[in-house]
Amino acid sequence: MQKSGIIRIKSIFYNKNIAPYIFCLPFVISFFLFFFYPICTSIYMSFMKVITLDNMEFVGLKNYSRLYNEHFLNAIKLSTIYTLSMVILMMVFPVTIAGLLNSKSLRFRNFFRSAIFVPTLTSVIVAGIAFRMIFADIESGFINSIIISLGGKAVPFKQYYWTGILIMVVLAFWRDLGINMVYCLSAMQTIPEELYESARIDGANDISIFRHITIPSIKPILIYILTLTIINGYRMFTEGYVYWNEATPGGNGLTIVRYIYQQAFQKNDMGLGSAIGVVLLFIILTINLIQLKSFGLFRKGDD
Amino acid sequence: MRKLHTILALVLVFSMVVSFAGCKNTTGGSKGTTSKEPVELTLWVFNELHLKMYEFGEKAYNEKHSDAPIKVNMEVYPNADMHNKLLIAYQSGTGAPDIADLNLNFFTNFVSGGDWLAPLNDVVEKAFSNWNFEKSRFELYKIGDNYYGLPTHVGATVVYYNMEIIEKAGLTIEDINKIETWDQYCEIGKTVLEKTGIPMTCFETQNQRPFWPLIVQHGGDYLTKESEVILDSDSNIEVLEYMKKMWDDGIAIAAGGGSTAAEEFFTFMDSGSVASLIMPAWYMSRFLSYMPNLKGKIAIRPMPVFKAGEPRTVGIGGTATAVSKSSKYLDIAKEFLYESKLTYDAAVNIWESLAFDPVNLDAWKDEKLLKPSEYFYNESFFEIMAPYMSGAVSPANAKLSADAQDVVMNSVMPDVFISGSKTPREALVSAANELRAKQ
Repeated sequence: MQKSGIIRIKSIFYNKNIAPYIFCLPFVISFFLFFFYPICTSIYMSFMKVITLDNMEFVGLKNYSRLYNEHFLNAIKLSTIYTLSMVILMMVFPVTIAGLLNSKSLRFRNFFRSAIFVPTLTSVIVAGIAFRMIFADIESGFINSIIISLGGKAVPFKQYYWTGILIMVVLAFWRDLGINMVYCLSAMQTIPEELYESARIDGANDISIFRHITIPSIKPILIYILTLTIINGYRMFTEGYVYWNEATPGGNGLTIVRYIYQQAFQKNDMGLGSAIGVVLLFIILTINLIQLKSFGLFRKGDD
Repeated sequence: MRKLHTILALVLVFSMVVSFAGCKNTTGGSKGTTSKEPVELTLWVFNELHLKMYEFGEKAYNEKHSDAPIKVNMEVYPNADMHNKLLIAYQSGTGAPDIADLNLNFFTNFVSGGDWLAPLNDVVEKAFSNWNFEKSRFELYKIGDNYYGLPTHVGATVVYYNMEIIEKAGLTIEDINKIETWDQYCEIGKTVLEKTGIPMTCFETQNQRPFWPLIVQHGGDYLTKESEVILDSDSNIEVLEYMKKMWDDGIAIAAGGGSTAAEEFFTFMDSGSVASLIMPAWYMSRFLSYMPNLKGKIAIRPMPVFKAGEPRTVGIGGTATAVSKSSKYLDIAKEFLYESKLTYDAAVNIWESLAFDPVNLDAWKDEKLLKPSEYFYNESFFEIMAPYMSGAVSPANAKLSADAQDVVMNSVMPDVFISGSKTPREALVSAANELRAKQ
């Protein structure tokens, strides 16, 4: 009896028609429970004035019309500037550093790899607190003391708009560089050695090998990094929150997600918060669709 | 690559061990107690310092009710975090504590959304019948006929003078005593700047002081009690223009870190970056805890005024302790708060362990409060300030209060003082219009 039961279960797992669904099931369940359902609720709530979670009032598009204000436009601007800076940095540095670390002539390769990777393992909050101290506004702050010893004047980093963006980008760059470098590095290690050898026989130098062999071979990984950087850029919250955790003076640190947080959880305006969330969803979706389409990721049978 | 894996594995194992250890700690906390099972209350606070007040209250309560003791589980969270957490707990209807400290900045969020807080009228009236109080602080948390929060302190705004710098400029405490108007204060400020190169004071560019106390002193406010927006009133514009002039003259600069609550600010102040600071009385506690170098150098004096007849101090800031309506032990919780915050002994404790100015004015005459403090120029705060308390005013706390404070912190101050993108009038008018759009 028991044996046949096991066999029956086994046969389900080996069944080509059923097995894939069983293996996907955990993901599908968690997707519907923790992503799809909240998204639907958010869209629903964005048309409501939410007094408490069981006491809502339909207000039509009022939440969306309230979005047309200085703060939200500033938040979109800030998120966009931040994302653009991150995209530029992440398209240049991880691949370059991976290229350097992949070359056999470099000494202490493993040390450098770990050194660049380790920041990825830290939590943004913990690292952020350290960075907040490093970029402290006063003269005894770490960076400011360097600036002063070089003959400059102390910069209140957290107060000006552009230095505000700078310190967020520095934190995110320091943290994300490692993981993206590892992606590039592992992609580079799959490139067959013969390609390099034949290029060398043809007289190509290191730079043109990098440009014409390495880069095209790891294109899928680069697209992956680009996509993730855009998504993460627009939904960035923590990097701003660690620097400005009480107020967002002059729009500093007020990204789109921070605006959701502020309106929904601090000001108790879930309806407006949901509307911002829906708009954010469409922004990310549009940008990523355009980007993926222009890289030809939807074409079939390309590989 | 292999090395990397080893490191990664080690880190993962380590973090697992740590998190398991964490679990064990929290679950293992509840031990079996002796004969009488005390009633357990949960309490959320956003400032560790406040715990001393509740520890005192717990002890006092248990002495009076030894037959039915209580045990208060106190949890400390960061300021904004705690309020967000609490709001979500109330909205979802689960997980709210019995008692919570509510920062004045966020208070209106908790009374405008739902019927979440319990009225505290009985203990307030009991206290009023026993002692003399600074009642304006209770009004802040009164809606209709009900009191929803118990104040912690008066928060009388004063000027803290760093006498070391003042004396370096060739001035004495007599010169400071003579200051009665802001114009005189600015004159002294110019002398100090000239002689020492140190600015007279600083403004919070990422927060709202001293703008808020100054406008209230000058007869203005952000809102009226009926929640009408008066942020762009002429008297407010006058004050902000006055501040801007101090800024342009160099006698006022930005507070280090942009706020007197920032870590940087303590170093900034402690290292003598400015000669004076305009802050409420509760800031004495921050001096005592975070600025050891200023011991014996800080002289407290009432605020100067813009024109004769204005109050010499303004109550600013505040923490309302509220009881959740959902609490199973409403009466016990209220009684516990009475013992922690309102009684004469509690008031003395609030001064002794927190260095706040208590709302129980009878306690202001206690010898413990009148004892000179070594840190503050060997003077007693209460002796200096008591004569000025009768005319003290507090800002109105109305429905848009949290929004109004946000817009001042996030737009007005940085726009006027940091980016300089708006004149005082423009900044206040656009901020006021933003608020009006929310009504």
